[in-house]
Amino acid sequence: MKGWKWGFVGLLYAAFVLRIGAVEQGRTQPTERISGSAGDVLEDDPVGRLKVFVYELPSKYNKKILQKDPRCLTHMFAAEIFMHRFLLSSPVRTLNPEEADWFYTPVYTTCDLTPNGLPLPFKSPRMMRSAIQLISSNWPYWNRTEGADHFFVVPHDFAACFHYQEEKAIERGILTLLQCATLVQTFGQQNHVCLKEGSIIVPPYAPPQKMQTHLIPEKTPRSIFVYFRGLFYDVGNDPEGGYYARGARAAVWENFKDNPLFDISTEHPTTYYEDMQRAVFCLCPLGWAPWSPRLVEAVIFGCIPVIIADDIVLPFADAIPWEEIGVFIAEKDVPDLDTILTSIPLDVILRKQRLLANPSMKQAMLFPQPAQPGDAFHQVLNGLARKLPHDKNIYLKPGERILNWTAGPVGDLKPW
Amino acid sequence: MKFSAWQQSYANKRSSSFRASSGPLDSSSDGSIKSASAIFWLILHGLCCLISLVLGFRFSRLVFFLLFSSPAANIYTAPFRSASELAQTLTLYSTPASTNIELPAANRTAGITASPNSRVVVGRHGIRIRPWPHPNPVEVMQAHRIIERVQKEQRLQFGVKHPRTVIVVTPTYVRTFQALHLTGVMHSLMNVPYDLVWIVVEAGGATNETASIIAKSGLRTFHVGFRQRMPNLWAERHRLEARMRLHALRIVREKKLDGIVMFADDSNMHSMELFDEIQNVKWVGALSVGILAHSSQTGEESSASVIPKEDEENRAVPVQGPACNSSNQLVGWHTFNSLPYVGKSATYIGDREIVLPRKLEWAGFVLNSQLLWKDAEDRPEWVKDLDTLDHADEDVETPLSLLKDVSLVEPLGSCGRQIMLWWLRVEARADSKFPPGWIIDPPLEITVPSKRTPWPDAPPELPSNEKAVTGVQEHTLKHSSKTQTSRSKRSSRSKRKHDPKTVELQLPGRHSEN
Repeated sequence: MKGWKWGFVGLLYAAFVLRIGAVEQGRTQPTERISGSAGDVLEDDPVGRLKVFVYELPSKYNKKILQKDPRCLTHMFAAEIFMHRFLLSSPVRTLNPEEADWFYTPVYTTCDLTPNGLPLPFKSPRMMRSAIQLISSNWPYWNRTEGADHFFVVPHDFAACFHYQEEKAIERGILTLLQCATLVQTFGQQNHVCLKEGSIIVPPYAPPQKMQTHLIPEKTPRSIFVYFRGLFYDVGNDPEGGYYARGARAAVWENFKDNPLFDISTEHPTTYYEDMQRAVFCLCPLGWAPWSPRLVEAVIFGCIPVIIADDIVLPFADAIPWEEIGVFIAEKDVPDLDTILTSIPLDVILRKQRLLANPSMKQAMLFPQPAQPGDAFHQVLNGLARKLPHDKNIYLKPGERILNWTAGPVGDLKPW
Repeated sequence: MKFSAWQQSYANKRSSSFRASSGPLDSSSDGSIKSASAIFWLILHGLCCLISLVLGFRFSRLVFFLLFSSPAANIYTAPFRSASELAQTLTLYSTPASTNIELPAANRTAGITASPNSRVVVGRHGIRIRPWPHPNPVEVMQAHRIIERVQKEQRLQFGVKHPRTVIVVTPTYVRTFQALHLTGVMHSLMNVPYDLVWIVVEAGGATNETASIIAKSGLRTFHVGFRQRMPNLWAERHRLEARMRLHALRIVREKKLDGIVMFADDSNMHSMELFDEIQNVKWVGALSVGILAHSSQTGEESSASVIPKEDEENRAVPVQGPACNSSNQLVGWHTFNSLPYVGKSATYIGDREIVLPRKLEWAGFVLNSQLLWKDAEDRPEWVKDLDTLDHADEDVETPLSLLKDVSLVEPLGSCGRQIMLWWLRVEARADSKFPPGWIIDPPLEITVPSKRTPWPDAPPELPSNEKAVTGVQEHTLKHSSKTQTSRSKRSSRSKRKHDPKTVELQLPGRHSEN
């Protein structure tokens, strides 16, 4: 009899603890716990679970580039710079490479900017190659595994394919020298050449301070149904339409330009952030690449993201259950966008808003300075920690070689 | 050298157009260019460009695609319209057989897939537009329901947790502008999301006129008559209104209404945030009231002469309300500066001069109704009982007379910084007449037209035995001050405030007297 009682109590306790959809009475809004396919890992603390060794590269790979163009600190590829700074002062950093689990190479490949502020990727393969040559000759750890326990931050459009045009990027493929390493990148599309298996997808950098200053009181009623600001046709590069965004953005415009529920235009209002906080749905369609900072902005401002990008892989997809938080629309379904959005049941919409209100969700999308617990830096470290322990067969036998150092386009082989 | 030139063009825009990317730059992988074939492709490309120029779309890509695509690829042309006119709408779905379509070096068109088994294809896609790209009314209604539900959820979470009933006290009386003012207040109150009780105290006894206006509200109302008629002088009107409000407070006490008492004068303007803010009051709260002191004279000369030059900053709307120090504690009151208007203010209702408010208006105060109850146990001791005011000899000017200690009043609206209601007094002359209930019944008769018409070259008078159509064709004109004297002869007709002229509209011309 006693056994039954204890069993019952234990069952009740387990039911309370393991309840996934538990509603917490937050200070401001009831939120729900977020647990993705890797479990309830958004709030994990990586300290103590891994050790990272940061290579000391000459400043021409990082500091000097930044000095030449400080705009690199504010554009959407700034994650590579802030990741370096975070790791230098983080408790996971170790100065003893023998005990390190992961090795980080601080090379800012996305900092060669045009006058307009867009990064040119033409020298990036050479820069990366030169950095790898340096670390392989000065330290033995690269040759030990050919980079399998090294990770690199490549936040550019198509990550390690180092080109902004998708066709060219696919042609080039991932840089041969990075075939074994783990890549931390913003680009994610399933079955794409430029997404390596095992890569960690991070959100693009969005300035946290700027978004904080534009917060409006939470009781301001949300009165816009669908909100979007941005280009529909890229007139400079694709005047006829059909290439840019695979025609999806143009389809949104053509179908919904006179629909009063859709507040969409190409203007640049000063109240962009405030307007997002007054909207129920925010469109996040693909552009030239499938990812965009709009996702980050939508999550921060509590607007349900409507993601229109086929086969996209979203940031931290194993920690964040994006299917439950955002709405995914296939590109072929764009003409029916209004039908789809209005047919979502009310309780589903409210649940999505509760999930978005979870502060750990918002924190995971940001790169705050200085770093805070649960932010994107920590999620990257969590992702790296989840990949530990390393498989035994990454350690090559002496003399064994996997990578072909002369592969790739001829232009890449020139020294940087 | 070609590469650097290529890079230069990229430096200007993000990427140059795809035309520039084609051509001999993408040539065969071994890097060497056979000159004959290169020239041939160049000429062909140039020819295609010229044809495109003439036709108006990118013809070359279409030709190459059709010529060189493998038969396994599916091409969709119907049912999609495209942004451009002709068959540019080609949606290519890759099949595993056609993973990489081999095309000549000159143009690469759609067909490069990312990898086998991927749905997503690089290249030109059609722009899908549905056959009738306009909003569906059923979906629009559903979207509005979604928005309402989301807003309700927001209110539940961030709004007032336990909303109390709002008890609104409005003194009124029958006059020309009553319908205008009372309807305004009524519509504001109908939009309040909380429970509401409206106590309308009418000077001169409860009339059907007022009752018919407030019946349209659908709110819970108490329509009470007050025996005395509204006097014509502003000073006495203020005093009577104060007594009417006290009468309403007595009703609150008798019926033991529970909630927050606010004073909504019928000509004031209230914002919705006001009703959210007053929910925060504990016992007695004070709000900032914007004073719209208005004179019916044309603005510039009168106000310029009245406001002294050194008061430039007072040209903004003056505000009555609580004054706080930097730690948000009540230290005093902002009142209306009536010194500039001494001697020039209105004395009787309908006067052309500026109507001035009192030092502190009743509208700027809210009370917890439990203060007024006879034997409330938790009433603070710094509040007097309502009965003591009944026997007071001097007039009660503000609800502050109900308090022994004025410093315990709570300033609302972030310490008076937010103005959520405006005080305004616009009235017609006491002798102005208006149709009762604003219904013209019986229909107006045609009367003799006036001596002097505003139109000097009007055609001669027409027969006057047709009846004017009621209301619809009635035409009211603004009179100029010149014709006022001629109008005063017409005393048999009902006049509006500005004595409009009734003119038949059936005839294009105008009457003129002989």
